[in-house]
Amino acid sequence: MQTSQAQSVDLRPSVLDSPPSGAQESVVRDLSGNKLRTKQLRAFFGKAEVLRGIDLDFPERKVTAIIGPSGCGKSTFIRCLNRMHEVVPGATCAGEAMLDGKDIFRMDPVHLRREVGMVFQKPNPFPTMSIRDNVLAGLRLNGIKVADADALVEKSLRQVAMWDEVKDSLGRSGMSLSGGQQQRLCIARTIAMQPKVILMDEPCSALDPIATARVEELIHELRDSYTIVIVTHNMQQAARVAHFTAFFYMGELVERGETKEIFTRPSQQRTEDYITGRFG
Amino acid sequence: MTSIRMRGLVDHLVTGLCVLSTILAVVPLFSVLYYVAARGLGGVNLAFFTMLPAPVGEQGGGAANAIVGSLELVGLACLIGIPPGILAGVYLAEYGNSKLGQVVRFSADVMSGVPSITVGLFVYAIVVLQTGHFSAYAGGLALAIIMLPTVTRTTEELLRLVPEALREAALGLGVAKWRTTVSILLRTALPGVATGVMLAIARVFGETAPLLFTSFSNRYWSESLNEPTASLPVQIFTYAVSPYEDWHRQAWAAALLLVAFVLVLNVTARLLVRPRV
Repeated sequence: MQTSQAQSVDLRPSVLDSPPSGAQESVVRDLSGNKLRTKQLRAFFGKAEVLRGIDLDFPERKVTAIIGPSGCGKSTFIRCLNRMHEVVPGATCAGEAMLDGKDIFRMDPVHLRREVGMVFQKPNPFPTMSIRDNVLAGLRLNGIKVADADALVEKSLRQVAMWDEVKDSLGRSGMSLSGGQQQRLCIARTIAMQPKVILMDEPCSALDPIATARVEELIHELRDSYTIVIVTHNMQQAARVAHFTAFFYMGELVERGETKEIFTRPSQQRTEDYITGRFG
Repeated sequence: MTSIRMRGLVDHLVTGLCVLSTILAVVPLFSVLYYVAARGLGGVNLAFFTMLPAPVGEQGGGAANAIVGSLELVGLACLIGIPPGILAGVYLAEYGNSKLGQVVRFSADVMSGVPSITVGLFVYAIVVLQTGHFSAYAGGLALAIIMLPTVTRTTEELLRLVPEALREAALGLGVAKWRTTVSILLRTALPGVATGVMLAIARVFGETAPLLFTSFSNRYWSESLNEPTASLPVQIFTYAVSPYEDWHRQAWAAALLLVAFVLVLNVTARLLVRPRV
């Protein structure tokens, strides 16, 4: 049923079209439905404060989009959620972020990142590995034994709707694929780890419209299985894929709500100015 | 109008000068190759590869011990020099912005400029004088010290060329940092690192000065690495300054072999970094 629903999704509705069908179900708003939540999350580069205390909840198996002008801290925010922010020299975070009620800042970042996967702005398959090895890379490099590697490769590639395209060339280099295929390969690599949450940092900004449509279609399919957080510059994209949308501005969360609400009846003037294109 | 014609003239003039300079730069290279080949080919025969040097005054003989000795010395140099060189390169690439990193980088740069005979003297003082005899170990160590800075700096430069996105991809999959460094960064940089290593090998292959008082030379097979060992460069030196015609011919043959080795290593290094299709 899920697949047929996903296939029927029109990928180019207008902003004011109905929000993703998931949002029409009665959304569980209570705390127990949240996979991930942050409380007064702050982030710094050296002394510069780029996130000024973000309180945000991410309900399980829902897509939350984060929009906002460049430099508003949205990428930094999701990079805090898998602690990739701290990898940059001089970068620090403060505040609270809970995954299933566990404080992520007390977790080993290596373990956290296996549960909170990430898809980056530019497709970044490992150039020295074949398509197949790219899918298995996360598991292999972590020394996790895979009982049936072939089945996992097929399942992961099917989930990103690539199996039929590459099943005869699994041994080819991941770099031989087109940009859109590379990005879907990176998503396959992420879901092969079976994370609880997938963070996507502008996953379509380096792709052409057709490849973008396919990745969005993919997000539609994945949202029944994963909690997804997607940063995007493209407001139509947020409208197409997300149940919830959060608007960031200058390191602050301006507002967050159901995607339809945000795009039709924003409660803040700044949100309205941004989505109507008055700035940013 | 005239100024346009002037420009055209100057353009032709400068292009001509560039072509001329290029030819001037390439002429010595090709004349060396030609000269070595012309003089050396006559001395290359089966005996040259398989036999020991003939006793003084006798014709014939070969340089088998020097060929094997050179390979032993360079092999030892690789064993001693490459692992610390690569590890130091990784350190510089990953933690090189620290104070210690800057000191290490500066030392490597200075070291690569140290004359090789100084390195030979240093090894002579700390190994040969201590053990009381010349040995392949001492020669290998001297060559390793000469290789070290090249390997270190090449590794560092090439690791820095690996896109940050790949590091992030691996870390984002929950791969530990050391594993990311080894399996992703070093693996991706490997062809380039191998090139750097080969160029370092090519360089030490022809080194003579540091071997003169470390591995010295040997007219016979060395029974172990702890003995004086023959090598091609030292053999060339000894034969070239001798008064015997036959030895001169063998020196040319040895020189040809040396050049051929270096050429092969360089070409292989080139092929390694060529982007694969």
